[in-house]
Amino acid sequence: MSNFSEALQSGKFVVTGEIGPPKGINVDTMFEEAEHLRGKVSAINVTDIQSSVMRLSGLAVCIKLKEMGLEPVLQVVCRDRNRLALQSDLLGAAMWGIENVLCLTGDHVSLGDHKEAKGVFDLDSVTLLKAANTLASGKDMAGNELDGAPSFFTGAVVSPSSEPVEPQIIKMKAKVEAGAKFFQTQAVYDPKQMEDFMKKVEGLGVPVLAGIVLLKSAGMAKFMNANVAGVSVPDELIEEMASVGKKERKKKSVEIAARLITRMKDCCQGVHIMPLGWDSLVPDVLEQAGV
Amino acid sequence: MIIQKQKPFEEILKSLEGEKTVFIFGCTECATTCKVGGEEEVAEMKKKLEEQGFEVSGTYILDTACLTGEVRKRGRQLKQQLDAADSVLVLACGTGVQTVGDTLDVIAHPGADSLFVGNVQRLGKYIEKCSACGQCILDETGGICPVTRCAKGLMNGPCGGYSKDGKCEVDPDQDCAWLLIYERLRERGKLDWMETIKDAKDQSITSAGSPRKLVWEHKKETNDK
Repeated sequence: MSNFSEALQSGKFVVTGEIGPPKGINVDTMFEEAEHLRGKVSAINVTDIQSSVMRLSGLAVCIKLKEMGLEPVLQVVCRDRNRLALQSDLLGAAMWGIENVLCLTGDHVSLGDHKEAKGVFDLDSVTLLKAANTLASGKDMAGNELDGAPSFFTGAVVSPSSEPVEPQIIKMKAKVEAGAKFFQTQAVYDPKQMEDFMKKVEGLGVPVLAGIVLLKSAGMAKFMNANVAGVSVPDELIEEMASVGKKERKKKSVEIAARLITRMKDCCQGVHIMPLGWDSLVPDVLEQAGV
Repeated sequence: MIIQKQKPFEEILKSLEGEKTVFIFGCTECATTCKVGGEEEVAEMKKKLEEQGFEVSGTYILDTACLTGEVRKRGRQLKQQLDAADSVLVLACGTGVQTVGDTLDVIAHPGADSLFVGNVQRLGKYIEKCSACGQCILDETGGICPVTRCAKGLMNGPCGGYSKDGKCEVDPDQDCAWLLIYERLRERGKLDWMETIKDAKDQSITSAGSPRKLVWEHKKETNDK
């Protein structure tokens, strides 16, 4: 059983972090970022060709994290691999003792840097969850017996700020039925919205970690509002970021993230912090938030 | 309907390089509706080719270019004109081009690009609605096809990529298919359909490695006798 799943079962407030593999093989910066999270988070997500921009393999990074004594959450998207490759990679992850798997649909190829690529989507997030749990039961998707069954702790994502949110909740139910044991959400900047969302899904009985993306500038917030579906940064926060000089931005970013966590910690089971390179700030965020 | 677009004239000219005499086929069905190979377009093509110094041995609008029987019959009637031509230009879909080429044993040049199976909103506006996936789920999705109309062809509800105004992040002009499905099922009191997990599609139906075919069993029996 993974430490992450044990932490969630214990009922304490759980924090996860995230790193993104680089385009290329210079990985020092990424692993330095991961070091900042050591001892502060239960597990570290490793993104899978995030935003459809070609990068180094997330599975390879997860293996390295394990070696470093850090617990990874392997993100797996359905965009680049068919069911043969997905199952094969899941077994490969299990061989290295990687149990935490976050199953996502994945961004469309047209949003990335290889727009001519074929988007696979042989499976979707729901059927990928089912596939991982089928493997754990000792069979593959075609019903063949496995010579050694893996063990997985499978999770999924949901977008509480999407409007309308009901289709997200319907899909969330399907994901639970398909084997999702935890959820990490898209970035949330409105604690009230998160609270309302949690009231709607509490009956599902699955832990939800609210997504926290560190704001880097007012411009970044405006960019996300215009370009990232399901993310909505309120005007007050944009103004707050804009009110400080460039040197004070990190301090303000920490303050806002800590405040969001403080306000949301009673309604959800944890937070998933996506620092986007500002991992060194995560310890301060957690300290200020008192978690 | 097979939605199609006439190839640029320069591309057609290039495909006819080294040939002197051409026969032109059009088609009364999709190619006429898409203004690719109806009466008007076939006459226009004849004129343009003649202006370029080609001899056009004849023209004919098939009814319908993808019917082997029709093509064979017209081939017999038009034998002289076809024999006089170096090749045949088919202003119709790819199936029409191959039906003509295979049935009449002629060099058949495509005069159009086949784009998709679509709906005609009005003349000049065609929208893809069906991917011919061989596993129709329209009954479960309120009559809206997610395989075709969702950018990712998702089977189990929307991703997180829809905007507040219900558009797809891949194309801001495109409605999120799953939001349309959600609204329609909600209106009809059938949201439970959306909650039912749909298994991954059986891709072998569309990509088994050989061209798809359908042969009626009773026909086969009749032919065997």
